[in-house]
Amino acid sequence: MDKPIIQITDANFWYGAKQALFDVNVSIMPHQTTAFIGPSGCGKSTLLRCLNRMNDLILGTRVTGRIAFNDHDVNAPDVDVIELRKQIGMVFQKSNPFPKSVFDNVAYGLRIQGMTDKTELETRVVKSLKKAALWEEVKDRLHESALMMSGGQQQRLCIARAIAVEPEIILMDEPCSALDPTATAKIEELIQDLEKDYTIIIVTHNMQQAARCSDYTAFFYLGRLIEFDATNKIFTNPTNKQTEDYVTGRFG
Amino acid sequence: MELHFDQELTQAKDQLLRMASLAEQAVTTAIQGLVQRDDVAAKRVLDGDNQLDLLQKEIDEQCVALIALRQPKARDLRFIIVTMKIAAELERIGDQAVNIANRARLLNREPQLKPFVDIPRMFELTRDMVRTVLDAFVYGKLDVAKQVIPHDGEVDNLEVQLHRELTSFMLEDPQTITRSMNLIGVSHSLERIGDHAVNIAEEVVYLYEGRDIRHETKNA
Repeated sequence: MDKPIIQITDANFWYGAKQALFDVNVSIMPHQTTAFIGPSGCGKSTLLRCLNRMNDLILGTRVTGRIAFNDHDVNAPDVDVIELRKQIGMVFQKSNPFPKSVFDNVAYGLRIQGMTDKTELETRVVKSLKKAALWEEVKDRLHESALMMSGGQQQRLCIARAIAVEPEIILMDEPCSALDPTATAKIEELIQDLEKDYTIIIVTHNMQQAARCSDYTAFFYLGRLIEFDATNKIFTNPTNKQTEDYVTGRFG
Repeated sequence: MELHFDQELTQAKDQLLRMASLAEQAVTTAIQGLVQRDDVAAKRVLDGDNQLDLLQKEIDEQCVALIALRQPKARDLRFIIVTMKIAAELERIGDQAVNIANRARLLNREPQLKPFVDIPRMFELTRDMVRTVLDAFVYGKLDVAKQVIPHDGEVDNLEVQLHRELTSFMLEDPQTITRSMNLIGVSHSLERIGDHAVNIAEEVVYLYEGRDIRHETKNA
């Protein structure tokens, strides 16, 4: 059995005085896709953002407990947050390509890291676009603006941008909620392809999506982790009544 | 608040219970045709089997639509799968009723071989088993469903006992062979109905506990 890549122990989180997470304990296994599900305000996005310290950007937040990435506490004082976010990349609900060319979007993180060699940059950009299942669609217009692309293509571009810097984990916060069913299906296929190289954690409102593309599912309610198990178990025979009511659409 | 989906699940359940009542009626009428030497009753079973077949197809169609359109999960998913499987068991119980009715019509043409003792007993046992498991299905009585399973042994014992008796008849007088073989056929049909009741009990456990207990006793 692999060691967890992320180990969350007794995590609590506050936005100012309001507590958003209560004593959360989860182990995330490497090269698996884990889905966080639950009704709005259940804390699933908050927890996701704790993993690469995106919540640092919000004033007045506070976290206790331990969130270990490869056995190292992400909140430890010696952690370089930029380095952490390189290893734990993120894709957001609304695709957010830079107003630059397709190529420059994907090369952006690499250049920031100091990569200047043109051939090396090109190799990495092409590899990332291929991994993001976008290469065939953009190979003839790498130098056109990314903003000309469709929503689904923009989202896959953001995934290519995230994987260009070779992270270990990709966090996805509602990556398909602004996409049509065809574009959604492409992203879901991609998630399953990416699993062999990366660990993926996806927050989704769409339970079908969690069922289709995740190996493990965590159900949250009111800031607490209610149930965590293999996705197959959660959707066929959950242990907890609240989970059952949520996945069968009777509450939430 | 009851969801539209809940109403659709209830409809499927009601159809299944209609099927159950028809299947029980079919077996009861077939046994009546045999024990009371009533050809009209036996004929009624043969004519009525079509209804069970149609109901099974309707239930399957409803369940497939529910899976496609509602993407059921957890208990709902198990309910739909179990409903389809129980419908198949009930349809086979109907087929056994037809077998019994056919044997009855053959037996009724000849003088009665022996008083009916074991067959009515087997019939009562299997009828009670089927009734009980369906009650357990409707009301979620898991313990009741599990208690039905050992009764199958009693049915099997009665079948063995009857075989032994009929074998001795056949050895003594070859004139009795046809009638004995037909009675063995009837007892085998009843034994199969007991098996169907056990299968339904196992599905009820899966529905309410999410645990697959099939083949456990055989493998133990």
